[in-house]
Amino acid sequence: MYAYDEIDRTLVNERVSEFRDQVQRRLSGELTEDEFKMLRLQNGVYLQLHAYMFRVAIPYGTLASNQLRALAHVARKYDRGYGHFTTRQNIQFNWIKLSDLPDALADLAEVGIHAMQTSGNNMRNVTSDQWAGVAPGEIEDPRIWSELIRQHTTLHPEFSFLPRKFKIAITASDHDRAAIKVHDIGLRLIKNEKGETGFEVLVGGGLGRTPFIGKTIKHFVHGRDLLSYIEAILRVYNQYGRRDNIYKARIKILVHELGIEKFSREVEEEWQHIRHSSLEIDDEVIEDIRSRFIYPAYEKLPHMPDELRQAAADPNFEAWRKNSVASHKNPGYSIVTISLKPIGAPPGDATAEQMDALADLADKYSFGEIRVGHEQNLALPHVAKRDLPALWKALDKLGLATPNVNLITDIIACPGLDYCSLANARSIPIAQELTRRFANHELANLIGRLHINISGCINACGHHHVGHIGILGVEKNGEEVYQITIGGRADENAALGNLIGPGVKFDEVADVVEDIVEAYLALRERPDELFMDTVKRLGVEPFKERVYATR
Amino acid sequence: MPLVNGGKIADDSFVKLAVDTPLPEGGDILVPAERFVGEADALLKRAGKIGVIWPNNRDISELVPYLGKLAVVALVFPTFRDGRAYSQARLLRERYNYRGELRATGQVLRDQFVFMLRAGFDSFEVKKQADAEAFMQTAKRYSVFYQPTGDGRITALHRRMQLRHSEGVGT
Ligand code: HEM
Ligand code: SF4
Repeated sequence: MYAYDEIDRTLVNERVSEFRDQVQRRLSGELTEDEFKMLRLQNGVYLQLHAYMFRVAIPYGTLASNQLRALAHVARKYDRGYGHFTTRQNIQFNWIKLSDLPDALADLAEVGIHAMQTSGNNMRNVTSDQWAGVAPGEIEDPRIWSELIRQHTTLHPEFSFLPRKFKIAITASDHDRAAIKVHDIGLRLIKNEKGETGFEVLVGGGLGRTPFIGKTIKHFVHGRDLLSYIEAILRVYNQYGRRDNIYKARIKILVHELGIEKFSREVEEEWQHIRHSSLEIDDEVIEDIRSRFIYPAYEKLPHMPDELRQAAADPNFEAWRKNSVASHKNPGYSIVTISLKPIGAPPGDATAEQMDALADLADKYSFGEIRVGHEQNLALPHVAKRDLPALWKALDKLGLATPNVNLITDIIACPGLDYCSLANARSIPIAQELTRRFANHELANLIGRLHINISGCINACGHHHVGHIGILGVEKNGEEVYQITIGGRADENAALGNLIGPGVKFDEVADVVEDIVEAYLALRERPDELFMDTVKRLGVEPFKERVYATR
Repeated sequence: MPLVNGGKIADDSFVKLAVDTPLPEGGDILVPAERFVGEADALLKRAGKIGVIWPNNRDISELVPYLGKLAVVALVFPTFRDGRAYSQARLLRERYNYRGELRATGQVLRDQFVFMLRAGFDSFEVKKQADAEAFMQTAKRYSVFYQPTGDGRITALHRRMQLRHSEGVGT
């Protein structure tokens, strides 16, 4: 966990008081809606279909139990008793009153949580691997660097009015759980031949209307130069990024229009000017941040405790353990993923009661720490293996032990027409229907790892381009139509999915997905050939045939 | 539009010239970029102070040869959403060591003052009277800054270091 000190707390409080003043000026009419819009967005407040939506940052996905309780409190006191965890390691509340927002922010500030820059054309919440600091084989905890960037980008005086929003993600593992290739800047922590820490820097990835996979702009930037290099990229983008058309304003378009070579020359030139400045990070600064990440006092525990051996007799426990429990860097411990995808429910929702109960479980079994992943699931990062059976029982009682992590019902979906003012189509009901279709655990397990991603419009909040099966809602002649892609992925081999054919109607989506899955089961070479691999081997044709032959 | 300079509402001694306004005999003038670049020698010889209004899509390094002779550089925020002039301001102050008045013009509202001050602006043509009056109060809103800029304010990272070291000395 990262411990905020008095300095961080002061800033958060100053931000709350500024926002309170801004809300007051809006309510009194001193600020027009146009003027206020930018200010509220910078504090995570959107005006949605039915009400204001409030988006709270969870930097690099790490939460302390008291922070999760504070989120539960906001859900209960100012909203309708639940929150929605998102693909950006944020949580959203959908039914909040403008006049309550300053109080909600003040309550969150007490535990070091804020909503700064969760929206608006500035640098957004820095995201990272939800297993950071505990994943075996990672180079080092990427959150130390995420925190450095979080601080540097918060209320940045040059980059708070960029051409468009700007997202940075960091990973330190070979297996990329942070989707760095679909971010404006993606950072992969590596060591050079001398054993020094640095970063491969990718730029220009993103989804939305014009999806791109990020390109490597530099193979190694030393840790000490990280901030100056990022600043150079942003300065080039701020000056040359398009502002005439919001659809072309993202850095991915600038990189695409200039070409990565020309873009990187511009950045390089800028960087040489600022590289050896006060932006150079000395080891002492990094050590200071490192020292404020507090790691649990792990015990020496058996790799295979009796409790686990005994529980293995219960097939329900085993089903859950197989897909929810991952290896930890300390033997004797595990990382437990908590599915927020119960059958028939909106993906990513948690009630205030569930949040409170999870905070208690985190205190009891995970040194008070919780993680939020971009798949809209939560995780407990330090669970002793002997506690797994007890934890499972407790989660099951809360409805949080659905054994579907990484399976076909672990669906990522945006809110779509149920909440979002930009939506063209419904997303949540599609997700709900699909979870019912594939509720049978044996079948889901037989299918194996398969990610479905659903977006209610081209903005791609549900990451449909990078879903193994991607579903995009569009509007055609006043009707909701869904375009289906296959073969996308957001990991270290990130790829955009390919369209399988014409869009299908709302009622047909689940049937089409079933057809695709049946085709896969018939076409795979071996039971362990994953959906993704079959698609890679055969392309879209056989799937297209199966889906459209009878339609 | 009220002008805030040195933290206070001040009179503006500068007269803004259009591209084709005849040049007044004396007095201080603010000249659009294209006119300034075209007639720089003549303009700089004249009595009275001179400043330039520089658009946010024109390379600021073009101004470098003249910086020592300019009393004002006025940068432009065509809307408060367009932040290009923040980068220009930092380049002028931090890379090109411009020490004259750096003025923010256009859609300048109180909620931008802190950002502008940190980027190096020291004078502001403020859109609303009430915002101009609230300048000092708004400018002091923050006491913590995470990033280093040319304004020389100590960053949170370095403040922590200082605190650590002073604790170290005491024990
Ligand atoms: C409910 C109100 C929401 C609104 C109005 C909204 C708005 C938008 C817009 C306009 C974009 C397109 C930006 C672009 O790439 O050009 C976008 C993208 C995105 N949004 Fe949302 N969104 C909402 C909810 C969500 C939710 C619930 C999530 C997560 C579950 C989310 C996560 C994202 C992500 C990850 C992108 C990706 C775009 C990229 O990578 O380039 N948003 N959103
Ligand atoms: S993808 Fe579209 S419908 Fe879904 S949340 Fe984003 S903007 Fe709304």
